[in-house]
Amino acid sequence: MRVMAQMSMVMNLDKCIGCHTCSVTCKQAWTNRSGTEYVWFNNVETRPGQGYPRQYEDQERWRGGWTLNRRGRLVLKGGGRFRKLMTIFSNPKLPGIDDYYEPWTYDYETLTNAPLQEHTPVARPKSLLSGKDMKVSWSANWDDNLGGSVEHGDKDVLLKEISDKVKMEFDKTFMFYLPRICEHCLNPACAASCPSGAIYKRTEDGIVLVDQDKCRGWRMCVSGCPYKKMYFNHRTGKAEKCTFCFPRIEVGIPTVCSETCVGRLRYIGLMLYDADKVLEAAATPNDKDLYEAQRNVFLDPHDPEVIAAAQREGIPQDWIEAAQRSPIYALINTYKVALPLHPEYRTMPMVWYIPPLSPVVDVVRDTGYDAEDRGNLFAAIEALRIPVEYLAELFTAGDAAIVDGVLRRLAAMRSYMRDINLGRDPDETIPAGVGMTGETMYDMYRLLALAKYDERYVIPTAHAEQAHSLEELATECSLNYEGGPGMGGAGTGGGSGPFGEASGRPNPIAVENFHMLRDRQTADNPVDPADKHKRVNLLNWDGKGAPAGLFPERKDGESGAGPDGTNPPAPSGAAETEPKP
Amino acid sequence: MTSLAPAVLAGAAAEGGGDPGVTGTLLWVVLPYLTIAVFVLGHIWRYRYDKFGWTTRSSQLYERRLLRIGSPLFHFGILLVAGGHVGGLLIPDSWTEAAGISEDMYHIVAVVLGTTAGVCTLAGLAILIYRRRTVGPVFLATTRNDKMMYVVLGGTIVLGLAATVAANIIGDGYNYRETISPWFRSVFYLQPDPDLMTGVPILFQLHALSALALFCIWPFTRLVHMLTAPIGYLTRPYIVYRSRDEHMGMHETPRGWERVQ
Repeated sequence: MRVMAQMSMVMNLDKCIGCHTCSVTCKQAWTNRSGTEYVWFNNVETRPGQGYPRQYEDQERWRGGWTLNRRGRLVLKGGGRFRKLMTIFSNPKLPGIDDYYEPWTYDYETLTNAPLQEHTPVARPKSLLSGKDMKVSWSANWDDNLGGSVEHGDKDVLLKEISDKVKMEFDKTFMFYLPRICEHCLNPACAASCPSGAIYKRTEDGIVLVDQDKCRGWRMCVSGCPYKKMYFNHRTGKAEKCTFCFPRIEVGIPTVCSETCVGRLRYIGLMLYDADKVLEAAATPNDKDLYEAQRNVFLDPHDPEVIAAAQREGIPQDWIEAAQRSPIYALINTYKVALPLHPEYRTMPMVWYIPPLSPVVDVVRDTGYDAEDRGNLFAAIEALRIPVEYLAELFTAGDAAIVDGVLRRLAAMRSYMRDINLGRDPDETIPAGVGMTGETMYDMYRLLALAKYDERYVIPTAHAEQAHSLEELATECSLNYEGGPGMGGAGTGGGSGPFGEASGRPNPIAVENFHMLRDRQTADNPVDPADKHKRVNLLNWDGKGAPAGLFPERKDGESGAGPDGTNPPAPSGAAETEPKP
Repeated sequence: MTSLAPAVLAGAAAEGGGDPGVTGTLLWVVLPYLTIAVFVLGHIWRYRYDKFGWTTRSSQLYERRLLRIGSPLFHFGILLVAGGHVGGLLIPDSWTEAAGISEDMYHIVAVVLGTTAGVCTLAGLAILIYRRRTVGPVFLATTRNDKMMYVVLGGTIVLGLAATVAANIIGDGYNYRETISPWFRSVFYLQPDPDLMTGVPILFQLHALSALALFCIWPFTRLVHMLTAPIGYLTRPYIVYRSRDEHMGMHETPRGWERVQ
């Protein structure tokens, strides 16, 4: 037994309202830079839907993750080492930018400096890749809330699996949201696909990271990851991925996506697992047994033997205690309501999901029946095969019985807790019917419905006695890194080192974001502020005189305004501008 | 190197007989050593200073169709070409003869294989340059450094191919293994013999010079990705485990402020 600790997450899908706050805050924190415009470490998909990038779940096409070969051995689905090296010059399974979307911005400048004209000027979308006008035709959540499902509905990969029973009929539509981040797998296919060995799993907390100094941009990880949560930064030529907000986790605060989640649906905690059993579990012959196999890899943190082994491995005492209080362990193993996303990819993912009961509840309520009644809910779970089978395709490799069990436990909790909340005598047959006691059911209710902050997030701090310099504590100057702010290097204001873009030492992302943001805020033109020096700056103008910097500096020999502040000739484009009445 | 130069000159004059002149010495003695120094030190320096910039800077995300043809054509072609150069420049003709390969046989194989590989490389490069110029996002991601590199790289390939074609297909063959190859090896023996190069056809001379220029700029361009070709992938374990860095978060510990333990 080789005990390792894994920082993991569970998301309670019943609570997700699809507001995308997690995606937006994550983007602001991590991928708000050029080169990562299309990169969403966290994205929220409407299901049924194609996901992001489009149809990423079609592994017959993208060949991500692992599979078993004829002899039952675990191999990369995209081919072994030699095949990877032979296709290194042109990766045949790499999604193109059209599988994501072409990032764009709007030409807002036109709105303010367009000449007087009959029609209101519009801000045209401009491609952030080519700088040219473009027609926006897809984005990270284009099919949000089933938008365009009449046209795209049949493109959902999972629906194809159960397509003989389902035809996106509008009256039978169900829908839920699926927020996704990197799975920080126990058996990461991205790391296994990386020719440079730049992707590593941290021994302390299992977070999967890319060493930006070692990555050479061979882009095999993008193909290797079946969840397509590896992204290629097209400016720096390096792979980037969700970091589980490790600078925050290290000091014991939750990830940005969790912290800002409006529905408070995310749980973060430790899982102890036996590293020696991972490969064996990932090579389980039957796809449908993978869920159970992965659960068997996890260790019970209350077991004295496990505790002793963990201590031998050097896992600190407070980490073991955190593992015992872990909400993840409770949801996965005690209440058994959390399920892994696509276990059939055999990467042993570590971001799990509580499947939504809402498609079932909604139907019961809409038909006028009591949606809190156990009998009604159980009957509906039996009757509504399509949503249940769809969830099974997502979470259990198609085994609907497991999803049934989870939904029944959630339904039972609903009716059991209603009795309590209405002051009736609790009906102990309800928890007993789903193999639970009244007490565990109440504890589950407390964790799922009340979801107190310190119960949702049990994050032990990293062990290094250097707390004052931890990034998120910010008791030190946060710009105090080697080279200092703005000393060239990656992306400081689009600057590039001597060897082309993004050469030199990488800056901390926080610093990079600061520069990017400042440049963007001071730039008028979102695409290429090359003519910045030619602009009129009205910011300091109070209507009188001409403060310094109001007009662009004149080159020698150019004729223009006199020193008394009269207007120089307007730039050619704005020549017809007249003040509005 | 300064102390080496007089000895080198004396040696060359004693052995070769022909006078390479100042230009010849500069081109075929000073320049090669300068190139080696720049190439080696440049790479060390770049590796220390700019690991983050050490990447292929792939543009496959922008465009796949042309890359799919051009890139393997170019890369496999240039690997073959490189292999051919190793065979032609490093292995003395006495060795191949000892192995039972006659001069004619060697020559035919070298010309056929070399020309094919060269044409493949050139075709691939042409496709890639066409793609770089015509596909908007790819062109936008092209730096001045890239453009300069393309000129030198393309020039070297064109000159090399032209030299081969001119000598073998138009002319009646040129045995560079009696002149260029010994000179090339002599540079590495630290006994450079510049007069070996004086009588070499001008196209071969230009090819060698442009190659030297290419090696000079090599460490400072995106070509560095060649030096980190991921051969280790064949032997390393699939999953890499690594302990958390000494420092936390994304700050590197400033020099002199490392933890004491």
